[in-house]
Amino acid sequence: MLDLKGYGPALMDGAIVTIELAFLSLALSVALGLIGASAKLSQSRVAKGIATTYTTLIRGVPDLVMMLLFYYGGQVAVNMLSDYIWEAYEIDFFFQFDPFISGVVTIGLIFGAYMTETFRGAFLAVETGQIEAARAYGFTRFHTFRRIMLPQMLRHALPGLGNNWQVLLKTTALVSIIGLTDMVRVAEEAAKAERMPFHFFIPVAFVYLALTAGSELFIKWLDKRANVGVVQGS
Amino acid sequence: MADQAPLICRDIHKTFDQLEVLKGISLETRKGDVVSLIGSSGSGKSTFLRCINLLETPTSGDIIVHGDPIRFTTNRKGERIPADNKQVELIRAKLSMVFQSFNLWSHMTVLENIIEAPIHVLKVPKKEAIERAEAYLNKVGIYERKDYYPAQMSGGQQQRAAIARALAMEPEVMLFDEPTSALDPELVGEVLKVMQSLAEEGRTMIVVTHEMAFARDVSSQVLFLHQGVIEEQGTPEKVFDHPDSERMKQFLTPNF
Repeated sequence: MLDLKGYGPALMDGAIVTIELAFLSLALSVALGLIGASAKLSQSRVAKGIATTYTTLIRGVPDLVMMLLFYYGGQVAVNMLSDYIWEAYEIDFFFQFDPFISGVVTIGLIFGAYMTETFRGAFLAVETGQIEAARAYGFTRFHTFRRIMLPQMLRHALPGLGNNWQVLLKTTALVSIIGLTDMVRVAEEAAKAERMPFHFFIPVAFVYLALTAGSELFIKWLDKRANVGVVQGS
Repeated sequence: MADQAPLICRDIHKTFDQLEVLKGISLETRKGDVVSLIGSSGSGKSTFLRCINLLETPTSGDIIVHGDPIRFTTNRKGERIPADNKQVELIRAKLSMVFQSFNLWSHMTVLENIIEAPIHVLKVPKKEAIERAEAYLNKVGIYERKDYYPAQMSGGQQQRAAIARALAMEPEVMLFDEPTSALDPELVGEVLKVMQSLAEEGRTMIVVTHEMAFARDVSSQVLFLHQGVIEEQGTPEKVFDHPDSERMKQFLTPNF
């Protein structure tokens, strides 16, 4: 039996942090992706410009640099703001930039940019006739989006979404460098202290593998549901 | 009010960029009218049909649905747009459309396709919407396909399902945009037969078509469009047998 030298519970807690981080970042990135894609496809030049700047910026900068910038830079920005508010209004305003929150925000922002592109392509793949039929039957814009656009675009978005999710899950390992005690961080400490790198990193690798393999099955199942009504070529 | 005209269009113009596609088309229908719009490709007949339910916004002209004129306004760019989206949705619910390429929602079964708009747009209770849908599916002869997805059916069956979807709205006027043009020749008949039975029931229909036999036998009014104007108009006997316009005569002469 695997002997984790008393680090078992800490590793378990770390794994839970990893999973929480991944799911919260996913929720944020999907929301940002939907907003970003809608902005890119909108008539408004301002919305298009903002969304394009966002995706260009995020996709061009390494994840690690972004994360360091948000965590350390974010705290400095809060400190400066807090000093300014104290001097100007004598209001005591301060908050600590929590590594968990910075992690969620950074990863959410990064993957929001990838989701934007995934969703944009998926929206464009929906046949115009499907939307036209909804309009011709008196649907409101919201109803057209919810009942026709969204379910049809999901079919085209799922492969990209699944891909992004797997990369996102692995990217959470980066938060260990900003001091969040996720699974990787615990394993690193344990490996150093016990001088047993294989002993701790291999189980961690297996946890990631189990998570990605599990999600792959789930996405396959979702894909099958989303493709209902589509005749598959053999 | 019983005999109010279901649909009146007055002097409809439509310009895309610089190109004037419709140059003043007027149409008045009575209840039970079957109006066929004929003409060669590019004559503007489909654009006119799409202006009626505002899938295209006419550049000028009035549309009056059952006594209710559609209100327009001008946007910042100086383009004419409908003034009230709620009114447009309400009017569209009274004018159901059948498309050339069916446009059944591919992620829904036939039954789901038919009950969607009655439930969500007309606020019909679900149970009643299903009963209605089943009755119309029976009428178009594909009741046994109600749980199929559109992609699992032939084009003719899909178009009959689309007609059932249009009927389930119990519309003032049904708009048909070349309903048989995307079908294999052997499937055209089954769709035309359904349409003929609807005409005989006294439903008001506007049909853009290339099926001359249908236009001649079923319509009460025929409009021949050429380059955005009405070249010839009247009863089928008048338009097909005694046309005044040279273009209509040419259109009717087969040339191989």
